[in-house]
Amino acid sequence: MAHEEHSASGEHIVSPKLYVGIFLFLMVMTALTVYAASVELHAWNPVVALVIATMKATTVILFFMHVKYSTRMTQIVILGALFFLFLLLGLTLTDYLSRAWMSYPSH
Amino acid sequence: MGQQRETATFGMWIFLITEIMFFGGMFAAYLIYRLSYYQAWVDGSQRMDITLGAINTAVLIFSSLTMAMAVHSAQTGKRNLIIIFLILTLVLGTTFLGIKAVEYHDHWKNHEVPGQYFSGLDAEGHDKGWHDVAHTSLYFALYFAMTGMHATHMIIGAGLLIWLIIATYKGKFTENYFSPVENVGLYWHFVDIVWIYLFPLLYLISKKHSG
Amino acid sequence: MATVVTNQTVEKENYLNAGYGLKSWLLTSDHKRIAILYLISITVFFAIGGFFAMLIRLELLTPAGDLVQSDTYNKLFTMHGVVMVFFFLIPSIPATLGNFLVPLMVGAKDLAFPKINLLSWYLYVIGGITALVAMFVGGVDTGWTFYTPFSTTYSNTNVIPVAIGVFIAGFSSIFTGLNIIVTVHRMRAPGMTWGRLPLFIWSHYAASLIMVLGTPVIAITLVLAALERAFNIGIFNPQLGGDPVLFQHLFWFYSHPAVYIMILPSMAVISEIITCFSRKRVFGYEFVALSSIGIAVLGFLVWAHHMFVAGISVYAALVFSLLSYLVAIPSAVKVFNWTATMFKGSISFQTPMLYAFGFIGLFTIGGLTGLFLANLGVDVHVHDTYFVIAHFHYIMVGGALMGYLGGLHFWWPKMTGRMYPEAWAKLSALLVFVGFNLTFFPQFVLGYMGMPRRYHAYPPEFQVLNVLSTAGASVLAVGYLFPFFYLLWSLKYGAIAPNNPWNAVGLEWMTSSPPPTHNFEATPVVTWEAYDYENQPQEEVPVVR
Repeated sequence: MAHEEHSASGEHIVSPKLYVGIFLFLMVMTALTVYAASVELHAWNPVVALVIATMKATTVILFFMHVKYSTRMTQIVILGALFFLFLLLGLTLTDYLSRAWMSYPSH
Repeated sequence: MGQQRETATFGMWIFLITEIMFFGGMFAAYLIYRLSYYQAWVDGSQRMDITLGAINTAVLIFSSLTMAMAVHSAQTGKRNLIIIFLILTLVLGTTFLGIKAVEYHDHWKNHEVPGQYFSGLDAEGHDKGWHDVAHTSLYFALYFAMTGMHATHMIIGAGLLIWLIIATYKGKFTENYFSPVENVGLYWHFVDIVWIYLFPLLYLISKKHSG
Repeated sequence: MATVVTNQTVEKENYLNAGYGLKSWLLTSDHKRIAILYLISITVFFAIGGFFAMLIRLELLTPAGDLVQSDTYNKLFTMHGVVMVFFFLIPSIPATLGNFLVPLMVGAKDLAFPKINLLSWYLYVIGGITALVAMFVGGVDTGWTFYTPFSTTYSNTNVIPVAIGVFIAGFSSIFTGLNIIVTVHRMRAPGMTWGRLPLFIWSHYAASLIMVLGTPVIAITLVLAALERAFNIGIFNPQLGGDPVLFQHLFWFYSHPAVYIMILPSMAVISEIITCFSRKRVFGYEFVALSSIGIAVLGFLVWAHHMFVAGISVYAALVFSLLSYLVAIPSAVKVFNWTATMFKGSISFQTPMLYAFGFIGLFTIGGLTGLFLANLGVDVHVHDTYFVIAHFHYIMVGGALMGYLGGLHFWWPKMTGRMYPEAWAKLSALLVFVGFNLTFFPQFVLGYMGMPRRYHAYPPEFQVLNVLSTAGASVLAVGYLFPFFYLLWSLKYGAIAPNNPWNAVGLEWMTSSPPPTHNFEATPVVTWEAYDYENQPQEEVPVVR
């Protein structure tokens, strides 16, 4: 692969060309998300925005932060952190979302 | 050297997961209040300047590019390039903070800082059309808390960059040793990722009303 | 190299005599010296926390609130809790025994990031002093739980400075955990596979995971509460649209796993002590190791059991109640496995083992009463009563603190090169056990009978049990004072300790007591399983050439 190169100590070096490519991708996605916010998509607006943001974040993680070329351990650490983040968000949500289910006698 | 480099990077990743959980607490608060008071969230985000926000997003992404290039230069042992890219990153980061300061000032002028002077009237006394002033204050509380914490991390990052520039100038890094550059890079990219989420969550909540 | 060691002649070079003077200690990067620095500061905080406890128990001798005013009493129990939780229990074992032993047990020269280790101690001290000054100059009266909106709007005390102190100490905890995790992953000696690690390491690793994942959440919660208090931003204030229950969610997301930060290192100690004093390998090593990780993970799923009567949805409460039952399982696995370890073992009753016995009994009682509390119906009745107080003191004092004392005695010879006086130590252990039960068992009854917590005046029918409790506290205090004196005494007059006074298995016992600064004369190569008491390797450690 053209963009793979190894340093003196044998570790993987990403080519500047790839970096610029990623940068352009991120700019396009930014423009896309701004555009998508001007279109009325109702409940899908936040979904689209978050999907785009996640695509951007994933690209930064994989390429700028070199995770694509990192050890399995690094990848596990990141996934583990995300698991606990979603635990915080999700389990707290179970309280707030289910409060409406509690019906009280009306008077 | 490989063992030490990997260990330092591993340590930085563990630190970054603490940062994920740190910001995560605020994202949890944001999520819960947004679900409960969606209209207030819409009203609040209408007051954001999407242009400035988008420019800032572009500035930060650009700074991630220059930071990645700085690390690349370190990997290839090009001292002068490291310094140039680090300085560029610093300039871009400072630009981000400058634009943020302009936005903050704008919000302050328009009574959008939660507290005593928070109100549904703008700087000229016109009604901003808010449906629920109290909960819109919550939106702004989280806006300032989240972007403020993000900006604090950028300022720390700027400090780290200055330290790196000086260290590179003094010849501390070679293609066999550049861990600090790489790990400050990881930190910088992380701060960029936080903004990547903050931008749509705070600025792009709903279709902009005209005017 | 080795010289004949007596009290008067030249000592072999070790980490204690490798450099004298304040600077060599305050600027050290040696994990063992940092452990001692922590030991000293933690003891100071324990004494301060104990002082507040003493005032509480004195007040509770009589039904009337006659020793101090209500506001003062609020400050007393708050400060007792803040000091004991954040400045004693959380750092105690990991920062003292963990710091000292983790590198030794994995066969490394030091932790992964020695300077960050030193930084963590400074952060602990700065955070502690900040909180202490705020406590003694004005105090704080919100309860260690800082519930809003009282803490953010109505309290007239030093909430923000104390919150800042806790915040800073939180970073200390994060750095300790980070260091332990990276060290265990990356600095194990050749042959020291994950499956050969002492369970001490597994438990500290699990506790470190919690430190690293949970502490940041309370950090941001305190920041938000401080912002709320300073600028009235409304985020937890119902009058301004905020939700006080959100504070509780965020607070307990850390503070529940925090109790596992407090107990896992203690369990770590128990695993080491029981195997050594039963002369047997641990029963079900994999189960105990995985249970530590299980406790850490499951511990993050149960926090809202502190909020059953706070107004959360009953459906969410059901989920959290079920999860709280589940988290008891790995702890129970450990207790069963320790017991099975002792079966057909050759048991001796030195002081560390006495503390271990105490731990197993008292932790079991504390843990079982936790299940009572996890039950929604029961919790409605006993929430905010002395039942809860008794429950967590059984775990924290009967469990965590006993493990700490047991570990301190077990590794005292290794850390100081001296033996403590066994007779005094046994007496103290007995006093601690008797005093502890006398203090806290009546509190189960009091709580069940309905005595609320955080009240300094109570109906007269509760007095007898309160007097018993205070009497027990006095005995307990004596039990804690004795070690303070005889351990210090032993530094000068104690018998010189050999490398391995207990004939224990473990890398830390294969170097001198106290160890040299770089821990081992040469990097050890591990070829034996953990707790290999049947085939104890010789004194000579195979080395890397």
